[in-house]
Amino acid sequence: MKAKSKIKKSKGDMIFDVINTCIMILMVIMTLYPFYYVVIASVSDNTRLQAYKGILMLPQGFNLGAYKLAFEHPLILSGYKNILIVLAIYLPLSILMTVLCANFMAAKKVMFKKPLVLFMMFTMYFSGGLIPTFLNIRELGMYNSLSALIIPGCLSLYNAFIVRTAIEGIPDSLYESAYMDGASELQILFKITLPLIKPTLAVILLYYGVGKWNEWFSAAIYIKDNAKLPIQNILRSILIENSEILNAKEYGDTVANSFTETIKYAAIVISTVPILCIYPMVQKHFTKGVMIGAVKG
Amino acid sequence: MSSCGSPIPLSAGHSKGRAALGLIHRHRPAEGAGGVGLRKTSSSLPDKKPFGTRLKEDWMHNKWKYIMLVPAVIYFIIFSYKPMYGVIIAFKNYRPNKGIMGSEWVGFLHFKNFFQSPDFGRILRNTFSISGLGILFGFPAPILLALLLNEIRNEPFKRVVQTITYLPHFVAMVIICGLLKTFCLSDGVFNTIIQAFGGTATPLLQDSKFFYPILIGSDIWQGIGWGSIIYLAAIAGVDQEQYEAARIDGAGRLAQMWYITLPGIMTTVMVMFVLRMGGILNVGYEKILLLYNPATYEVADVISTYTYRMGLQGAQWSFSTAVGLFNSVVNIVFLLVANKFSKKVSGNGLF
Repeated sequence: MKAKSKIKKSKGDMIFDVINTCIMILMVIMTLYPFYYVVIASVSDNTRLQAYKGILMLPQGFNLGAYKLAFEHPLILSGYKNILIVLAIYLPLSILMTVLCANFMAAKKVMFKKPLVLFMMFTMYFSGGLIPTFLNIRELGMYNSLSALIIPGCLSLYNAFIVRTAIEGIPDSLYESAYMDGASELQILFKITLPLIKPTLAVILLYYGVGKWNEWFSAAIYIKDNAKLPIQNILRSILIENSEILNAKEYGDTVANSFTETIKYAAIVISTVPILCIYPMVQKHFTKGVMIGAVKG
Repeated sequence: MSSCGSPIPLSAGHSKGRAALGLIHRHRPAEGAGGVGLRKTSSSLPDKKPFGTRLKEDWMHNKWKYIMLVPAVIYFIIFSYKPMYGVIIAFKNYRPNKGIMGSEWVGFLHFKNFFQSPDFGRILRNTFSISGLGILFGFPAPILLALLLNEIRNEPFKRVVQTITYLPHFVAMVIICGLLKTFCLSDGVFNTIIQAFGGTATPLLQDSKFFYPILIGSDIWQGIGWGSIIYLAAIAGVDQEQYEAARIDGAGRLAQMWYITLPGIMTTVMVMFVLRMGGILNVGYEKILLLYNPATYEVADVISTYTYRMGLQGAQWSFSTAVGLFNSVVNIVFLLVANKFSKKVSGNGLF
C-alpha cells in the first residue's frame, strides 16, 4: 500500500507533505529550544551570559562553576534530600493505596460496590476548596511537616481507574484455579494480579512520581522553614522570586553572587535530569496508559 | 497538568484533562482502543434470597475486598469529606481560636460582600476570558497536531516528533514559568523575534495586554503533544476502507484529512469539548500565581488566585471559603449541564 501511494502521489500531495514536514520540524525546534537554552546557559560564563542580547545559540564561554556551587549549596542539597525523603514514602504508599482501591473497584458481584465507588468519586467533582483544606491540614498537625506533602494526595482516583481497568483485563480463569487451590485474597492480589499489570503500575508510578517531583504549591502553603522545602520551591525562589535565598548569611559566603544567572540554569538542569532519565523507560507505555483510562466503564 | 492527585483542590474537579481521560463512560466500545476492559454485565437474574442472607454471603465472599478498601475510605473521609464539612465556615465568622463550631453564624454575609465587591466582576471576567481563550486556541491545537502527525508517512520521524512533543508535559511548572520570565525580558528571546519583525522591545510580562497570549501560548507549548495522544488513538480506529475509496475518487491528502479523518474522530472531539466546557472555571491557577505581578493583576486575577490571596495571605478565612464555595457550585452546575449535553449528543458522559 505504501508503494502504491508513492506512485500515485500528486503534486498537491507533495506540496502538502513538504509543508507538513516543515511544520513538524518547526514544532520540534520550538519544543527543544528551551531545553537547549537551559543547557548552554548553565555552562556559560555568568558575565558574558548577562551581557548577551538576542537568541542564545551557543554557550557564552565555558564555566562549570554554577554546577559546583549548586551541588555544594546547602539549600539545593536539602531541597533534593527533602523531595527524596517524600518520594521514598509517598511512592510505595500511593501505589499500595491505589492498588487496594482499584482491586475493590474491579471486583465483581460485590454488594456495596456502587455506593462505595460513588462515595469516592464524589470527591473528584466537589471539594471543600483551598481554605477548608488548608485548615484541615493545620488541624491535623501536619503544618510545616513533610507529612503534609506525603499523605494528602497519596491516592488519585484517576490512577485507581487506570489500574482497575488493567485488573479487569485479566481473564477470570486465572483466578478460578487459584481459588480452587485455596489461595487467599491477599495472595491472589500480590502473586497473580500485580505481576500481570506491571506495565500499568510502571505508568502510574511515573504519574505519581513526576507529579510529586514537580509539585510546588503544597509546600508553598504548608511548609514554613526553608530547610524543609523540596527542590521545586527552592527553584521557585531562585527563578520566579529572584530572591537572594542562596546568598543568605546563614548559608555561608556570598559566592552565589558571581553566578546569579548561570546558577538558575544549573539548578534547572539538576532538577530535571532525574525525570528525563526515567522518561524513556516508561514512554512506550504512555499510549496504553492514557487509552486504558479513556475506556473505563 | 500534574499527574498525581492534587492534594490542594482550589476548585472542584481537579484537572479537567485527567478527569476527561479517566472517566468517560463508554456505552459502546471505543474506537481505536478495541474496547479494552469493557465491563462484563453482571448476571441479571433477580436475586430471590432474603436481604440478610445476601448480606452474609457478600461478607463471606468479599470480606477481604472490603477490608482492603478501608484505607481508601478513611483517606477520603479525612482529606476530602472533612474539608467539605469545613465549608460551613463560609456561613460563619471563623476565628481560629474559637474553632469551626464555636464561631458565630453570619448567614450569606460573605457571599453578599463578594458579589457586591468591585473585584467580583473583574475576577469573573478574567476567569471566563482565560478559560474561553484556552478553549478557543488551546483546545483545537492537539487535534490539529494529531491530524498532521497522522499524515506523516515516515514512521521513525513520526515517533521522534511524538516523543519530543510529549516531553514538555513532564517539565515542572516552576521551570516553565522561570524560563518564560527570562524569555519575556526586554532583551529576551521573544523580544528579539518581535524586533526582527519590526516591533519594539518591551518587558512583556509587565504589560497586561501580553498576559493572555503568554499564558495560553505556553499552555499549548506544554500540552499539545500529550493532548494529541487521545486523538491519535481515535484516528487509528477510523475505517481504512474509506481512505481507499477516497483515493480512487481522486481526493488529495488534505481532502482526506478534512472529509474522512476529522469526521471520524468527531465523537472523541465532542466528548473532550463538552468536558472542557464542564470545567470552565478551572483555570490553571499555578501558572498565574507564578507569573502575575501588580502590573498585570487587573487581567490576571482569577477566582482561585483571589481565594489564595484573600485567604492564605490576607487571613480572611470565611470570606475566601465563600468565594471558593461559589466556584465549586458554579463548576458543578457547568459539569452537570455539560454531562447532560454530552449524553444527548454522543451517548457518552461522565456519569
